Amino acid sequence: MKALRNYLDKIKPNYKKGGKYEKWLPVFESFETFLYVLGDTTPKKGAHIRDAMDLKRTMSIVVIALLPALLFGMWNIGYQHFLSIGQGQEVSFWAQFGHGFIQVLPLILVSYIAGLGTEFLFVYIKGHEIEEGFLVSGMLIPLIVPIDVPLWMLALANIFAVILGKEVFGGTGMNIVNPALLARAFLFFAYPAKMSGDKIWISGLESGEGVVDGFSGATPLAEAAAAEGNLDLFHAKYTISDMFLGTLPGSVGETSVLAILIGAFILLLTGIASWKIMLSVFVGGVSMGLILNGFASETNVYMSLPFYEHILLGGFAFGAVFMATDPVTASQTEKGKWIYGFLVGFIAILVRVVNPAYPEGVMLAILLMNVFAPLIDHYIIRANVKKRLKRIKVKA
Amino acid sequence: MSTKNLKLITNPLNIDNPITIQVLGICSALAVTVKLEPAVVMSISVLFVMAFANVIISLLRNTIPSRIRIIVQLVIIASLVILVDQVLKAFAYDVSKQLSVFVGLIITNCIIMGRLEAFALGNKPWPSFLDGVGNSAGYGMILILVAFIRELFGSGSVWGFQVIPEGFYEFGYANNGLMILPPMALIVVGIVIWVQRARTRELIEA
Repeated sequence: MKALRNYLDKIKPNYKKGGKYEKWLPVFESFETFLYVLGDTTPKKGAHIRDAMDLKRTMSIVVIALLPALLFGMWNIGYQHFLSIGQGQEVSFWAQFGHGFIQVLPLILVSYIAGLGTEFLFVYIKGHEIEEGFLVSGMLIPLIVPIDVPLWMLALANIFAVILGKEVFGGTGMNIVNPALLARAFLFFAYPAKMSGDKIWISGLESGEGVVDGFSGATPLAEAAAAEGNLDLFHAKYTISDMFLGTLPGSVGETSVLAILIGAFILLLTGIASWKIMLSVFVGGVSMGLILNGFASETNVYMSLPFYEHILLGGFAFGAVFMATDPVTASQTEKGKWIYGFLVGFIAILVRVVNPAYPEGVMLAILLMNVFAPLIDHYIIRANVKKRLKRIKVKA
Repeated sequence: MSTKNLKLITNPLNIDNPITIQVLGICSALAVTVKLEPAVVMSISVLFVMAFANVIISLLRNTIPSRIRIIVQLVIIASLVILVDQVLKAFAYDVSKQLSVFVGLIITNCIIMGRLEAFALGNKPWPSFLDGVGNSAGYGMILILVAFIRELFGSGSVWGFQVIPEGFYEFGYANNGLMILPPMALIVVGIVIWVQRARTRELIEA
């Protein structure tokens, strides 16, 4: 550790004003602060109390909270793959995990290299400080795409998300929509063939090598949407415990509600994510689920999917815990958080069930509510101002 | 041509561009820029309508009562648009079908109305003609640029000819479906505005 510190101190003058690599100072500082706190002291005027919990530590904790979902996702990718070629029982746990690891690792690497590369480029052009926002986005993006997405598409989506999701608005903390979801939306609309259907959720299914006859790689949501008559067949295939544990086809990190809940626990314990948003997303989802259950009929079987299965399936839990709670794009006011979260859940299930073109509505619901969050805040604040004005008038 | 007149043509191409600076005529920029061909035809149609509407209004400017000037402007624009529409139907039926309602909607193109109000009503015919040509050229320039980008990445072709080799597709390349959707036109126009503002010093706002 000491050797590293010495090395950093030795090369630091190169990056100071007048040094050889003056323009790269932000890049240097961003790497230095991974492990060390900058030696800045508080200014003569202004705030003197500083918290060690800066943006970088916050981001690191979110990445840690994502690890259970990531590790489970890796195993599940392998598990699904061997299931599809008919070797579900014979292969060991580590073989399954290893297969998934090799499949998922390139996604993570490409996502970070493309995203951080773009970010460094902008740091160089604009000369502002490097921002840590991409640490989380770069980890989120691989978790919300299908495993077989081509790497160049993923890279393109990352570049698109960093430039148009963040840099045009002024960088981390100024973005209107969640960059990770923007990357996914870009992929979803630009390359629909690679982002939906029943061939892409399990690695190796598209090439079709050694796949068992009649094996379907459709996600449970797609199957529920396509069900006819009643959901008996669907329920015979997928049990509640499957849905909760997440041994189902789907995007890399979204399937296991259990792993996501561990992440949620970490986020809530450290106070990084708002429990109000998380809770209200689930409340919103459940209430829309109940409403749709009330309207269910013979002709629209999907509506009769029980509400508790809705919140276990697809990206609902992942979106609620990691996406909707993004502190930058969510509502800032406490009352606003309830409204925002409730509508995210409400609209997600509505899109999922009512629009046949989108078997999953969580992404669209969160993006939509991201755009509305400032409006919600605006009216909450106006209402508060009005209330307090009234109080003054009553006294006078 | 005097410098003042020359500016009437060159300014709209750059620092006074109707789309990127005045942000007018966005609706047609979204609608007709999926392919290059309709975008070019649209640009030429607008050029014709705008140049002659400007000249006619400029000739009539001292006789139009200011209360009813909007109606007079509309009548003139509408007649010219009908003319363009009929010519397109007669000689370029396919493109005319692609452009469909948007030829008719040139009437409501804010750039034309805006130039008539802002320029032609107060200037002589020759400068008005140049102003019309300049502004529609600035409009057409952006339209063609956006259409080129959208057609190249959205359909892999330029002017209907395949330019991205077949080998790319076998290698896993795919056309970008988002480019064909209208939102991408807005995003591309936005990027053009961004680049232009970043490069032009006098446009950077404090």
